[in-house]
Amino acid sequence: MPLAVELEGVSFGYRAGQHVLEDVDLGIDEGEFVAVAGPNGGGKTTLVRIVLGLERPTRGSALLFGEPAHRFSRRRVLGYLAQRSALGGDAPATVREVVSAGRLAAGGLLGPMRRRDRELVAEAIERVGLGDVADVPLRTLSGGMQQRGFIAKALAGQPALLVLDEPTTGVDAESQESLAALLDGLHTDLGVTILYVSHEFGAVERFVQRLVLVRRGVVFDGAPGDLPGLWHDPSHTHARH
Amino acid sequence: MLDTEFMRLAFGAGAVVGVLAPAVGFFLVQRRQSLIGDGIGHVAFAGVAAGILLDVSPVLTALVAAVVGGVAIELLRSRGVAAGDQALALVFYTGIALGVVLVSAAGALDVGLFQYLFGSILTITRTDVAVIATLGALGLGAIALLYRTLAGVAIDEEGAQVAGVPIGAVNVAIGALAAVTVALSMRVVGILLVAALMVLPVSAATRLAWSMRSTFMLSMAIGLGSALVGLTVSYYADAPPGGTIVLVAAGAFGLAALGRALAGR
Repeated sequence: MPLAVELEGVSFGYRAGQHVLEDVDLGIDEGEFVAVAGPNGGGKTTLVRIVLGLERPTRGSALLFGEPAHRFSRRRVLGYLAQRSALGGDAPATVREVVSAGRLAAGGLLGPMRRRDRELVAEAIERVGLGDVADVPLRTLSGGMQQRGFIAKALAGQPALLVLDEPTTGVDAESQESLAALLDGLHTDLGVTILYVSHEFGAVERFVQRLVLVRRGVVFDGAPGDLPGLWHDPSHTHARH
Repeated sequence: MLDTEFMRLAFGAGAVVGVLAPAVGFFLVQRRQSLIGDGIGHVAFAGVAAGILLDVSPVLTALVAAVVGGVAIELLRSRGVAAGDQALALVFYTGIALGVVLVSAAGALDVGLFQYLFGSILTITRTDVAVIATLGALGLGAIALLYRTLAGVAIDEEGAQVAGVPIGAVNVAIGALAAVTVALSMRVVGILLVAALMVLPVSAATRLAWSMRSTFMLSMAIGLGSALVGLTVSYYADAPPGGTIVLVAAGAFGLAALGRALAGR
């Protein structure tokens, strides 16, 4: 069975001579919960964009479920929470409207939403604990609740791979704990493959199966228990291969 | 007021444009492309000039030019040839410059142009109203069919792209809808004011609404109200209809902002 994510010898620069990523190898099995961390500017968001096929490596290969990521044919199985996710526009979109946007690709583009899609949206909202505020404008909620809303949006498409880029930015410590527990529940209950990317491992370190430390290249890839103490806060790491 | 046919026709055309312009403008505002209607309007001016020069219906040539301009802005922006505001500026200035050169070549650089620049709803004919109503209904039908997709992309374009939504086609569709709206609105409020009718009702509605859908519905209601009230005021005050409609929409925005400020106290 192909890996959910398979990067082999991936290098990338946004312009000639620039090396944002160099010779990165990373494989993620279906059903794994993996955290990727590293200092700001270390190439994490670029890694995410390559995994999702939004950028093509200048060298090496990036595969999603065995297919080249940039022309992956089953995109609706991807759930994505972008860095500093924020609502487009000024209209006060409710939690339900935002989560419904996550059902777009899977539910069809034309006409009103079908009943089954509405049920899946409601389920995703309940799963992240926002059932009581489903019809409240998302931007009026706390930072932690907003991130839960965006996770519900990603879940509404019933993803096989959930990619979260800096999901705890602007979220207080208590909400970070509850977000980490929520992700653990999704992983355990739904078997979703999760790629969690952040500048630090934080609360999620207790739940993941593997930690990957990226600083232009992969400088650590292993079980949380094997991570040297100095590197638990990767934003301050001086790690070398 | 409604005893005269020209006012009945004006109200008919105004009602269609009053609903359609904010319905399309709603999605442009959410995508932070409020000025795109203005850019397309300037390209439409080149179309009007070409129509005058070639002795073809200026509304028809404006429609063609507007669609080409709207799609060009979207393609330049989405393919990274130019940043969003630069793409707009490129098409915007090329359109107005081409329009001035063509209309000058046709020897028509005179007050006759005012009906296109500032609207001439009182000279609208039954045929004009039929065309506006037909294209308006098609535009509103397309929006009804695509509402969920346009709203979803406005909420999170990159997320939609990752999930496989054909963003390029969606963007071209919104560009084409904006172009049709500009061409239809040209006779009602004029090329220079059409963007106002696409944006001001939406800005007003945003200050009053409680959800995305209610913002959309309120935008159309405020647009319709602005067109009908503006026409009525212009009739009794003997003021230019296009400008009056837009001033009423601006007044609606002022009232909505005031209402929200008072509610928040």
